[in-house]
Amino acid sequence: MSTKKSVKKATKKPVKKAVKRPVKKTVRKTAAAPAPKRAAAKSVPVASNAEFMAHAYAMEAEAAERYAEFADSMEVHNNLEVAELFRKLARIEQIHADQILDQMGWKHSPLSSVNVRWEGMEGPETADPTELHYLMQPYHALQIALLNEKRARDFFANLAKVTKDPGVRKGALEMEEDEAEHVRLIEEWLKRTPKPDANWHADQDPPVLSD
Amino acid sequence: MSSPAAAAPITAQAFKSDYKPIWCPGCGDYSVLSSFTKAFAKLQLLPQDVAVVSGIGCSSRIPAYTTCYGFHGVHGRSLAAAAGLKLARPDLTVVVASGDGDGYSIGGNHFLHACRRNVDLTYVVMDNHVYGMTKGQPSPTTEPDWDSKLSPGGTGLRTFNPLVIALAAGANFVARAFAGDPNGTADLIAEAISTPGFSFVEILSPCITFRPEQREWKQMVRPAAVTYTNDAARAARRIMTDDGMNIGVLYKGERKPYQPPIGKGKKNPSDLETEFAL
Repeated sequence: MSTKKSVKKATKKPVKKAVKRPVKKTVRKTAAAPAPKRAAAKSVPVASNAEFMAHAYAMEAEAAERYAEFADSMEVHNNLEVAELFRKLARIEQIHADQILDQMGWKHSPLSSVNVRWEGMEGPETADPTELHYLMQPYHALQIALLNEKRARDFFANLAKVTKDPGVRKGALEMEEDEAEHVRLIEEWLKRTPKPDANWHADQDPPVLSD
Repeated sequence: MSSPAAAAPITAQAFKSDYKPIWCPGCGDYSVLSSFTKAFAKLQLLPQDVAVVSGIGCSSRIPAYTTCYGFHGVHGRSLAAAAGLKLARPDLTVVVASGDGDGYSIGGNHFLHACRRNVDLTYVVMDNHVYGMTKGQPSPTTEPDWDSKLSPGGTGLRTFNPLVIALAAGANFVARAFAGDPNGTADLIAEAISTPGFSFVEILSPCITFRPEQREWKQMVRPAAVTYTNDAARAARRIMTDDGMNIGVLYKGERKPYQPPIGKGKKNPSDLETEFAL
């Protein structure tokens, strides 16, 4: 693959634009378990468009994998509504990842996901597992998703600032725009989602009761 | 980067079974499972060439969640089963999964002698400083002042220091990892597997059900400031003076693994019968 070709491909119209966030009909609200502040991952150094797109792919794939794990976890704990929401988020992130492969003409990423390293401990769009609760509600899940989309947006914005490669900069700006759109869509989704009441986590038979 | 036209590599997904893990939401063990599969993929192993052996406890559920050979054994005895397996089948990569209760209390003596024997195993202990599966009793690594319904005022007991014990007993590779860093943890597990002899990886894996304060670990861990040493005494001094939050390889030795020759002296069943004849 020539660099020139990859630059051209990488700077095509937004990789992720084609996918719209689904609209969730049932919505609740919370704030009881606000997603924590996590430092936006600093930009990883990428020297070419192919490398940039490989990292973008890894970011989406890791996010998809994490949401799928969350969905499994919620399903096991019989929180089916939230499980379905996480499943949906996983599908969306995987579609984004697959779009990058299509756009680059790759069958699989040239940068194996097991070799991708971020400046933070995890990718900029990967959700923090310690924020889960077995009684969480869709609003909580959307808060987690919102935080991740913001982190992804900030990641690309930072990358666009620091890169010296014009092609990477253009691609990063487009990705930033996509992520900003996702932020807006999730914010709208959250507005339609009821906040859980203050006792959303109340359990008459809690697992931590030890006596 | 490798060429995109190259054959598809084995991915971490190939090591995940269809069983959905049964752990509390937010448990660090989910990430450790992910690190296991990523480490195997990184080394381009095949599921049929890997055996995951465990004892009892939350962490010991891991074998069922992989597509590798698995053995979910007896409480504290995972290392004994794993050592037997590795000595009989040295061609297999044998990884042992345990927790701080299973590994340091019930299986404490096996831990010492596994280090001493230096069989080519990788021992991964998911340490959350509590017995989670049985509802929150203090474990050997629980802080002496941890106050709970089951240990009012704390146990007052000194904590077990598994890394120093491993060094003193002869482990050939010692590392500490953090579950919230799955890619870094995968690297450490892969390095442990690649290092001959008994490799010990302690993973700080939060139990947010019984130890919710362990959510803070992600703000506390840091890469070890200095590179690993091959001097066990120096490594022990470093570990004894750190705060338990330094992650990375801490010691790498050069001891030759214990592996008796295969086949030599093998007896058929009738020969064995004669040995027991009265």
